Amino acid sequence: MSMADRIREKLASLAPHALSVTDDSGKHAGHVGAKPGGETHFSVAVVSDRFAGMSRVERYRLVHALLDGELRDGVHALSLALKTPQEL
Amino acid sequence: MSDNTVFDRIKSDIEANNVVLYMKGTPAFPQCGFSSLAVQVLTHMGVKFKGVDVLSDSSIRQGIKEFASWPTIPQLYVKGEFIGGSDIIRDMYQTGDLAKLLAEKGVEHTA
Repeated sequence: MSMADRIREKLASLAPHALSVTDDSGKHAGHVGAKPGGETHFSVAVVSDRFAGMSRVERYRLVHALLDGELRDGVHALSLALKTPQEL
Repeated sequence: MSDNTVFDRIKSDIEANNVVLYMKGTPAFPQCGFSSLAVQVLTHMGVKFKGVDVLSDSSIRQGIKEFASWPTIPQLYVKGEFIGGSDIIRDMYQTGDLAKLLAEKGVEHTA
């Protein structure tokens, strides 16, 4: 399973209204933390009701916790956009 | 795991300086796009800050992640409080929340 698929699978637990996972690793080739096989830099956008009433930092901490294994397994950079449906 | 000395160094830095950015590279020569973005926002807002280059100190590089329970760099601290990483800095800048936070905390800025 690709790293992007692993991320999608983990974030499905947020019952997202929308979820996009983009592998940006190609843009960072040769950069510190980049690996030959890629799959190191991701941009993730999630729209979920679960974020309601949570601060920015709380939302990020929730997603970081869900992706703990992926962050340990080589995801080096993770850019997140985390919104509730009402905030769109 | 990081020992207490690293946490003590981080604590004394974020207490001694109003605004501290843990980053890759220096404010003049950021070594990563995310750190560069954070520097650009703070510079644009006219905020005086201390940049700590985690690439020059591996104990701080690991320790700062454990200190804030935050897996990525950069990390911004204002008056000793963890504010967030580059996405949060950009978002708070765009919404005006960063200017509001700096004003509330009594930190000088020009924009």
